[in-house]
Amino acid sequence: MDPTEPSELVLLIVKIGFLALLWGFVLVAVRAVRLDMFGPTKRQQRRGPPPMARPTPPSPPPQPVHKPRSPSKLVVTKGHLAGTTIPLGSSPVTIGRAQDSTLVLEDDFASGRHARLVPHDGQWFVEDLGSTNGTYLNRTKVTSPMPVPLGAPVRIGKTVLELHR
Amino acid sequence: MTRPPIPLPPLRRPRSADLTATFAGLPLPRGNDLPPYRRRELALLVYAGVVATSALAALTLADVGQLSLEVLTIGMGFFCLWALAHLAVRRFAPAADPVLLPLVVTLNGLGLVMIYRLDLAKSEAAKRAGTHIPPSAAQVQLVWTLLAVIVFVLVLAVVRDLRSLARYAYTAGLVGIVGLLLPIVPGIGTSINGARLWLRIGPFSFQPSEVSKIIILVFFAGYLVNKRDVLSLASRSVLGMKLPRARDLGPLLVAWLASLGILVVQNDLGSSLLFFGMFMVVLYVATERASWIIFGLLLFMIGAVIGYHLFGHVQVRVNGWLHAFDGDNPSNQSYQLVQGLYGFAAGGITGTGLGQGHPQKVPFANTDFIMASLGEELGLTGVMAILTMYALIVLRGMRAALGAKDAFGKLIATGLSFTLALQVFVQVGGVMRLIPLTGLTLPFVSYGGSSIVANAAIIALLLRVSDSARRAPEPVLDAPLFDPGAVSESPTQVVKTT
Repeated sequence: MDPTEPSELVLLIVKIGFLALLWGFVLVAVRAVRLDMFGPTKRQQRRGPPPMARPTPPSPPPQPVHKPRSPSKLVVTKGHLAGTTIPLGSSPVTIGRAQDSTLVLEDDFASGRHARLVPHDGQWFVEDLGSTNGTYLNRTKVTSPMPVPLGAPVRIGKTVLELHR
Repeated sequence: MTRPPIPLPPLRRPRSADLTATFAGLPLPRGNDLPPYRRRELALLVYAGVVATSALAALTLADVGQLSLEVLTIGMGFFCLWALAHLAVRRFAPAADPVLLPLVVTLNGLGLVMIYRLDLAKSEAAKRAGTHIPPSAAQVQLVWTLLAVIVFVLVLAVVRDLRSLARYAYTAGLVGIVGLLLPIVPGIGTSINGARLWLRIGPFSFQPSEVSKIIILVFFAGYLVNKRDVLSLASRSVLGMKLPRARDLGPLLVAWLASLGILVVQNDLGSSLLFFGMFMVVLYVATERASWIIFGLLLFMIGAVIGYHLFGHVQVRVNGWLHAFDGDNPSNQSYQLVQGLYGFAAGGITGTGLGQGHPQKVPFANTDFIMASLGEELGLTGVMAILTMYALIVLRGMRAALGAKDAFGKLIATGLSFTLALQVFVQVGGVMRLIPLTGLTLPFVSYGGSSIVANAAIIALLLRVSDSARRAPEPVLDAPLFDPGAVSESPTQVVKTT
């Protein structure tokens, strides 16, 4: 045997040691993944609520709700969901096929995020969110935010919505 | 406002919404509030460097009998090489995933040590036989690794916004297919081991299908994102399956059939399998229809049967797989496979230890059969660690896809991570005789320049997706933002009086 050859024991220790080191790396990586997925929850709570993923328009002053002319509900008059009403508060109403919309449409001609209704100063504005097939107020295509009068039909795909008092 | 809120129509797919919420529920930090992603990455990178250096040290100890300072120098050099990639991530994608890069570095380090170890065995055998010592594969691979790091940095630096790639979808499709055709061109194309898949530039050979894979995926994802609405809306029901119109699906089918046809004609079974799986998964993710998976599996089975009857080399592979130990097979068609299996068996649970087995007895031990070499010297324990690392890479890629805010990023990240997963499965499954052997490389580990360069680009793209998913959006709503102030000053206000 070569005199410089290390003993069997040394080689065994090196072998086991390396495997332990390798698995140590895997476990550290798994820990980093866990930290990333579930987060250091306590620290997050101390940091306060998460910043909003997207800016929402500032909520309007509360008085519009009490104005006599302001609509109080959104009624679906035509389409798959005809008859549905949604009470209007002070927060915007999003409409589309996406599941997180306020009004989820089962309409093949609606986009994921199709349009939204935003209250401002006692008025509700309809805004098209870059939909494929467009949003129509009366017969005009909505290209910029437009105020929606009471009872005016807002058409999204096969669905027609109206604001009622 | 006194009436109770009317229940909203039910969500279409509550489960997938839950899943997305679970994975994407963490707060999005802005600018300086980023969690210490890069510090975590650096710590993991140091660990990865330690693992690679220890592997080299263990090998040197077993081979020479003593350690030298040289091991440490090489280890430092290896670390510095990948530290360049880390600096690039710091600069170009500060919010990107901190785990991906260190995992890649560890796998790459293990691969380099194993390739070097096979070099040692080869040169020893050459010395004993009195023939000239073959050139070192590890040195070539080290140069390729350097190139891979450069490509990684370039991809991160150039592709700042993944969506900009979507604009070049058709160009990408064309470039990808031309890339696949390049090896046929006389003069630059060369054939190695009977398959004409390589380009030869000086001493380096390059397999363009590795890079074409990514480029064609860009085409696929870009096309599907542009045409998604048309594909899912204008469709007819055929046999209970909603099939899109032929002219919407046309370009997709052309690209698919062209690339598959080229690969099949070139005898590149592994890559054609990879392309096929990639297309199916991207289609499935884009359309959210499970019927594509069933359709794809059916198509795969038909293709496999036709391929078996049409091509002799497919029959050889299947025969070697099913009857590896029968008749004269072990010494004939399945020699390589059986040697690899004996390698795994010799390794057992903990392996023989680096530098103490005989992995060189398997032909092509440093490319297709590097897993057998690793299995022999690191044993089941080491192989499991390596497979876990691949699983983590795929997991992080899928996580990036779930977090991505745009459909293109989602498709690209899913396609890329699935491709990695499929490649590892087909490769390791082939070596372990779970499925027939196909000539694919083990990402980041195998000897092969095009493979490591292409896979580095894949990781760079995954990091890009993950970075844009985690950074708070500069308003990236798919719509113009509503500005109440601007509206109240606009003339539309007159409607108020009606």
